[in-house]
Amino acid sequence: MSSNSNLTTMKRTVEQLKLEASVDRIKVSQAAADLQQYCLQNASKDALLVGVPAASNPFREPRSCALL
Amino acid sequence: MSELEQLRQEAEQLRNQIRDARKACNDSSLSQITAGLDSVGRIQMRTRRTLRGHLAKIYAMQWATDSRLLVSASQDGKLIIWDSYSTNKIHAIPLRSSWVMTCAYAPSGSYAACGGLDNICSIYSLKTREGNVRVTRELSGHTGYLSCCRFLDDSQIVTSSGDTTCALWDIETGQQTTTFTGHTGDVMSLSLSPDSRTFVSGACDASSKLWDIRDGMCRQSFTGHVSDINAVIFFPNGNAFTTGSDDATCRLFDLRADQELMMYSHDNINCGITSVAFSKSGRLLLAGYDDFNCNVWDTLKGERAGVLAGHDNRVSCLGISSDGMALATGSWDSFLRIWN
Repeated sequence: MSSNSNLTTMKRTVEQLKLEASVDRIKVSQAAADLQQYCLQNASKDALLVGVPAASNPFREPRSCALL
Repeated sequence: MSELEQLRQEAEQLRNQIRDARKACNDSSLSQITAGLDSVGRIQMRTRRTLRGHLAKIYAMQWATDSRLLVSASQDGKLIIWDSYSTNKIHAIPLRSSWVMTCAYAPSGSYAACGGLDNICSIYSLKTREGNVRVTRELSGHTGYLSCCRFLDDSQIVTSSGDTTCALWDIETGQQTTTFTGHTGDVMSLSLSPDSRTFVSGACDASSKLWDIRDGMCRQSFTGHVSDINAVIFFPNGNAFTTGSDDATCRLFDLRADQELMMYSHDNINCGITSVAFSKSGRLLLAGYDDFNCNVWDTLKGERAGVLAGHDNRVSCLGISSDGMALATGSWDSFLRIWN
């Protein structure tokens, strides 16, 4: 690689790092609390978490029919 | 000091600045915050349907937005659209290249896409007037394999590639609208944010990146994994995402705290993760492993809540339907299983 392209790449890296460094950050305690709140607020709608009664489960075992 | 050396020092300083800023926000941990939370208990799911029909390893799958149909791709050279309720095959689409690695279902249900070692993302129209399925576009431009693709809508698709880039394509013109460069290793997976404004990518450089779809900029980069990242998925509210890696761990990264919040691992787990998904509330993290199993993790407490065993080979892909009702797993054993 020529020294010019090394320089260009390095300049790009520095610009990118400046961008990433400038991000506004919140505290982990806040972020964690918000994730917890989201999970709890939506728990009742989460079929894999709370289970789903057989009657409303579109994947319940297809019932065999008895021929009378 | 040469200009190059000055820049190197500046880069080092900036990296330290980022590290320090993250540390300054690290006032607690997700585990501490959720210490008093009840654990989810034992999560047990049963296989409700087995989708049989592929003749070789399944590499990818995605649910349609109707939570009933799904598409799967196998190296038997077929894309199959399934009705998961009945297990019927709606379409069995022969591919031009059998070396497929990814597939996607458009939100409208009108298109499917796939690609792999041919470096091309092929778009298939599922609802032609004639009633047959045909290729409507072949998006070429990547110089490496297509590892993942996701539709934004019927006219735009985002792809990730072994050429280390991601791209946003205009399907109509077949051109790349935006190229996302920055990774230094094969990009293996991508996940669109719920608001479709950003996406995260995971790569073999062990880093994951958040990209702005509109302007092509990488907004944030995350490190932590010590090996290839094979899978990424957004947390349902768009504020966090999880990655799965060959280093046998999954990790949760928060976008607003700009750092890793939790690692999901166990001494008994020594194989790579191929795929990850969140349940509807985000409380459960599902991960597919090379050891043929799928583990269910409590996202908030970091504990394993269950194991789904049933496949006879590596679980290569999985996904949860948008109504949250079911998990689909695809495997190298050529079967898909629907669980809840």
